Amino acid sequence: MSKYYLNYLDELESEAIFILREVWAQFQNPVILFSGGKDSILITHLAKKAFYPSKIPFSLMHVDTGHNFHETIQFRDNIVKELGVTLIVGSVQEAIDEGRVAEEKGKNATRNLLQITTLLDAIESNKVDCAIGGGRRDEEKARAKERFFSHRDEFGQWDPKNQRPELWNLFNGKHFEGEHFRVFPISNWTEMDVWNYIKRENISIPSLYFAHEREVVRRDNTWIPNSEFLILEDHEEIVIKKIRFRTLGDITITGGIESNADTLEKIALEVSAMRQTERGNRSDDKRSETAMEDRKRQGYF
Amino acid sequence: MLDNNQLLRFTTAGSVDDGKSTLIGRLLYDSKSIFEDQLEAIEKTSKKKGHNGVDLALFTDGLRDEREQGITIDVAYRYFTTPKRKFIIADTPGHIQYTRNMITGASTANVAIILVDARHGVIEQTKRHAFIASLLRIPHIIVCINKMDLVDFKEDIFDKVINQFEEISSKMLVKDIRYIPISALKGDNVVNRSKQMDWYQGAPLLHTLETMHISSDINKVDARFPVQTVLRPQREGFIDYRGYAGRVASGVLRVNDEITVMPSGFTSKIKTINTFDGEIQEAFAPMSVSITLEDDIDISRGDMIVRSNNKPEATQDIEVMLCWLHNNPAKPRAKYTIRHTSNEQKAMIKEVVYKIDINTLGRVNDDKELKMNDISKVKIHTTKPLMVDTYRENRTTGSIILVDDATNETVAAGMIV
Repeated sequence: MSKYYLNYLDELESEAIFILREVWAQFQNPVILFSGGKDSILITHLAKKAFYPSKIPFSLMHVDTGHNFHETIQFRDNIVKELGVTLIVGSVQEAIDEGRVAEEKGKNATRNLLQITTLLDAIESNKVDCAIGGGRRDEEKARAKERFFSHRDEFGQWDPKNQRPELWNLFNGKHFEGEHFRVFPISNWTEMDVWNYIKRENISIPSLYFAHEREVVRRDNTWIPNSEFLILEDHEEIVIKKIRFRTLGDITITGGIESNADTLEKIALEVSAMRQTERGNRSDDKRSETAMEDRKRQGYF
Repeated sequence: MLDNNQLLRFTTAGSVDDGKSTLIGRLLYDSKSIFEDQLEAIEKTSKKKGHNGVDLALFTDGLRDEREQGITIDVAYRYFTTPKRKFIIADTPGHIQYTRNMITGASTANVAIILVDARHGVIEQTKRHAFIASLLRIPHIIVCINKMDLVDFKEDIFDKVINQFEEISSKMLVKDIRYIPISALKGDNVVNRSKQMDWYQGAPLLHTLETMHISSDINKVDARFPVQTVLRPQREGFIDYRGYAGRVASGVLRVNDEITVMPSGFTSKIKTINTFDGEIQEAFAPMSVSITLEDDIDISRGDMIVRSNNKPEATQDIEVMLCWLHNNPAKPRAKYTIRHTSNEQKAMIKEVVYKIDINTLGRVNDDKELKMNDISKVKIHTTKPLMVDTYRENRTTGSIILVDDATNETVAAGMIV
């Protein structure tokens, strides 16, 4: 076989670098949506590669629900310092305090939906014309139809039935004042690809992804971490389990799995044997069959 | 999965009810790429709709409208991995009104799978799918003759469809066509070999996809490097650094190669080829790298670095097979923005040479209006030269899109002839 071919990880990497450079060339004020999760960490790593030896030309934007894992915030602050980039924080707590959004009530209340308003506010007030996200098409069925360059109207809304066709590697980021784009450089990666790549590149990620002992409660077939925001039901009980998280979101809705995987090698091995999707532990996706599509139409990540 | 495994992109085309979504569901299901929670969700929906058993087609129908109508209306991307390869499926709808989506899915595919219903044989839609696959120069076509279970797994039916298909494909330019008799619903010859069709000696579909030779599909002869952006770090250690960032479109570039920058025509030599992981001696398609040159030349986005002894044509007049993608028809002599690699210019459609009747595949000379899903040969004039190859030789430097400045929407996609 000829030596002039790339393996699948190199091809995915090259595609993502190409997209990130297109963003830089086509937009005035692009930011990376940074949640502190592995996908957004991967995006910053790829951006480092895309612009080397220049530094990353994007600011990081974090939508802070106020319901965070401490580890995530610590990690975020370290990476901002290391890269020498600007951090923009959109605060859901502030939006609540100012009365622009109202908090959900009850046991399963989350600030997940409230992020939409905060995100769109932050995009508007910072005059962001492109928000780079770590969304992947394998995550969820509505995301399977997402473009690399995804148009949002002046209300931040996605119109899935009227998307711009994307052919070859010709990406059209043209837009009018007030509109913006979401761009997803790792659209074609799967969870397995992400882990294999993180392992290969030895990218540092928050300790929450590795198996550790933690106070948790069993809820909806997953282990919800104990936190100051957790409201316990009568029959529920806090226990200590060795768990790790497959995705990181709001601490109130992100469930962990029991695991002994405490190295990247072990995690990759564990993921390859998984029989549940990673978002299977996210209660926000389970609200209805088209929960993700409905949120995305409104402007969700 | 091994480190040297390749990525294969394929697209699926079929008419309504050819069982395309079922085939994809079957591939994912039998290769164990479907997760339990996905399966549970599908089982629930199948039951709610009153289907017997699991409706595998539901895996690929993502949007609310599609789930309600039971049809695929947009390109959906699916992923699965086997120990041999990673696969990306562009699942595209087959209805005539969605030709544009089929073209979108086909534009990056290594392989096209065309589904034919064994009971109906090759029909008009099959012709259209084959034509689009050949127009988009997909290097490999696999014709899956589906629903063999409904024709008692008979060999003569399979042979008949092959003959019908050969008749249409002989007029097209496809290098590699294969035929596989399958039942997506029952699983015959998709992942596992059929026990019902001993007369078929070939490999099942998945094995075919896993072993197909694809690394020679990329053009390795013509070195083309469209510049995306210029990297000027202006920090310590890199004060004078000027790196031209881009993705190799085709061919191989090596340190010390004599190069020409187009359209300016300045010549120089490649000094270094850089990546984050260090300097390399050669870069080939589709690697993303940055290049420094021996001489200080004014180069910006839209320029192309090529080897001096092998240049593309620099021209303001191109002939293109154009597919109209938008609801608004083309305006006569209207101006558009044309995008070709990283280059962007104003352009005008000067002449519609002929239109293709998508059903008969014949030429239409008396209707010059370009409407949604129309495929036509047109002449385009640009304000500044584009550095082009023919699409047949080079999928990257031979393709263009048109953007309407009034709406910013992508309205057409073209292949340079």
